[in-house]
Amino acid sequence: MSKVLIAFQDNDEARYIVQAIEEDNPEATVYFEPAMIRIENEGSLTINKATVEERMGCEWEVQSIHVNLLTLTGHIDEDDDYFTVHWDN
Amino acid sequence: MATLALRADYHGDRKDSADKFGGAILVYINWDKHLFFYSAKAFPLDPNMPFAAVLEHVIGTHFCQHPEYKDIDWGTVEWSLNNEPFQPVMDKSLAENGFDHKCLLRFKTAEKSAFADAGV
Amino acid sequence: MSTKKLNLKDKYRLLTRDLDWDFSYEDRKDAFPFEEFEGIKITDWDKWEDPFRLTMDAYWKYQAEKEKKLYAIYDAFSQNNGHLNVTDARYVNAIKIFLTAVSPGELAAHSGFAFTGRHMGGIGARIAAQMQSLDELRHIQTQIHAMSHYNKFFDGFDEFSHMHDRVWYISVVKSFFDDARSAGPFEFMVAIGFSFEYVLTNLLFVPFMSGAAYNGDMATVTFGFSAQSDEARHMTLGLEIIKFLLEQHEDNVPIVQKWIDKWLWRGYRILTVVAMMMDYMLPQKVMSWKEAWELYFEQAGGALFKDLERYGIKMPDYTDLIKAEKEHLSHQAWWTFYTNSQATAFHTWIPSNQELDWLSEKYPETFDKYYRPRWEMAKEMADKGERYYNEGLPQLCQTCQIPMIYTDVQNDPRDIVYRSTKYQGERFHFCSDQCQHIFENEPEKYVHSWLPVHQIFQGNCGGPGGLEKVMDYYKLDVGKANMDYVGSPDEERWKTWKGVA
Repeated sequence: MSKVLIAFQDNDEARYIVQAIEEDNPEATVYFEPAMIRIENEGSLTINKATVEERMGCEWEVQSIHVNLLTLTGHIDEDDDYFTVHWDN
Repeated sequence: MATLALRADYHGDRKDSADKFGGAILVYINWDKHLFFYSAKAFPLDPNMPFAAVLEHVIGTHFCQHPEYKDIDWGTVEWSLNNEPFQPVMDKSLAENGFDHKCLLRFKTAEKSAFADAGV
Repeated sequence: MSTKKLNLKDKYRLLTRDLDWDFSYEDRKDAFPFEEFEGIKITDWDKWEDPFRLTMDAYWKYQAEKEKKLYAIYDAFSQNNGHLNVTDARYVNAIKIFLTAVSPGELAAHSGFAFTGRHMGGIGARIAAQMQSLDELRHIQTQIHAMSHYNKFFDGFDEFSHMHDRVWYISVVKSFFDDARSAGPFEFMVAIGFSFEYVLTNLLFVPFMSGAAYNGDMATVTFGFSAQSDEARHMTLGLEIIKFLLEQHEDNVPIVQKWIDKWLWRGYRILTVVAMMMDYMLPQKVMSWKEAWELYFEQAGGALFKDLERYGIKMPDYTDLIKAEKEHLSHQAWWTFYTNSQATAFHTWIPSNQELDWLSEKYPETFDKYYRPRWEMAKEMADKGERYYNEGLPQLCQTCQIPMIYTDVQNDPRDIVYRSTKYQGERFHFCSDQCQHIFENEPEKYVHSWLPVHQIFQGNCGGPGGLEKVMDYYKLDVGKANMDYVGSPDEERWKTWKGVA
């Protein structure tokens, strides 16, 4: 499987998103680089609204991912309660 | 091949055709394996200029910054014109030597260089 | 009336797809006159998918939030003399390049996406292109705002818009976007939307911006990452356009492949300057150009092309060449600018011994062998008080307009690559097989190249009368904005601010 990649700005909001990703995608590798956090995984990465909200302790709209997102690779599947990037090869 | 265009009459007007340089031709000159000069240099030159004058006044003033320029034995230099081996006749003009607009003159020197491995 | 909140999919359908209308008394073809001449066949625009399903209301909401964050940081940055916090004033020269060469490209992209956003027949694609057009306008504005603080304290920023249409190396970027914008809407989308935004911009906006942060440049990392948050959406649009074109009709496949081959190359050539900014212009290094290339192009781009194989799309056949060039690119570029710094709108310098060692470590195959000796030579000359500035003007590639600096890295990296072809009896020169093929496919277009060196010789850059006239024409403040950093007014001011003798 090819690796997908998501990167966020390194800030308080994104840290919870990254924690949620780590929880829901235990195989993922997280790299902390200056000012940014890069996450890679074989095949796919999923962000679940419920997990992020639990970590943040408040409501969180999946679409607000745009505010802190830096880059991603892979096909996107997005709905009200999740956001996934994936390669099918 | 041709450009995909909205109009059938699309065409290009060449920006650098020979008539635009006031009678001069463009000549590009490079000293091979001497990347001290990062690329070939471009010169608009009078095609009636003898090759010897180009050597003295064009090459001589634009490649002499290299510390080994003064060591060149011009008798053993290998020349190429448009990537074909070429033997310049010193007292003949560029035109008589076969130079045309936007031609590429390259020279290779045989001297041992302290910078040979690096190509500087 | 129900107050139930719409889910994302319904909202997207109502607020995007339902904005389209049918043409009852006009021919649809007259409304979209550019849709067919490129040979692309669209059978059903309704098949267009926008994976983010972003609607205009959500777009404004999140963009406003991004802007508020961004400008709060700009205020803090300038109120707190943020320019004093960069690691070294040499660094600021990287963002001079950014403002003069990259930012105007944002404006060009804005106009290009406004054009495609008008001329694609499908409403989903039109709205996505419209959003991207607005993003690109936001990018140039935020970049100018960020740089305006530096402009108060450093030379080289103030004439960026004047320089864009004139200065020799900036013509490279200008011609790239002019090339894309003068193509049809679908080629533009493959050129900028896919090849540039999806495959290549990460290399500019992610590792370089991370480097800006690491070097204490709060303003640049902030606009860079804010822009990149839009970029993630642009990448998705770029991938969608490709999938859409390929799924619409099999006749589109060879056209798209040709555009990918052309535009990945054109974009890759532009990145030469980014390679140099990363390896030579960041006093504190984050990752080398080579490492960034391996991560963001070889790994990420590799996965992408593997995915596109099912449509019959192949990775361009010059992949081995660019793999080999990653060992050379930044070094060739910095040497070019270092030795031609009498005509740049930024300063250059000899890398410190520590930096030379870092380059040796990152480029064990090439640096000590081919590039370190140049710096030793340059240092020897500078120590004698004869800082090296190359005399004369370079030969340029007809297609990419970059000086002919690229060498035969797969055989002998000491030999410059020379390619040429004849068209209408005139000889044209190229830095590579790829630039030659691009020309040969569309010679009518590339004979228009405004090559700065030839324009100078024709007397079109300040008239006849030597380099001094040309510098006036560029509005380049000789001795202030250009030449070596050592001894520059920038250096002098920096030392005064920092209390260094």
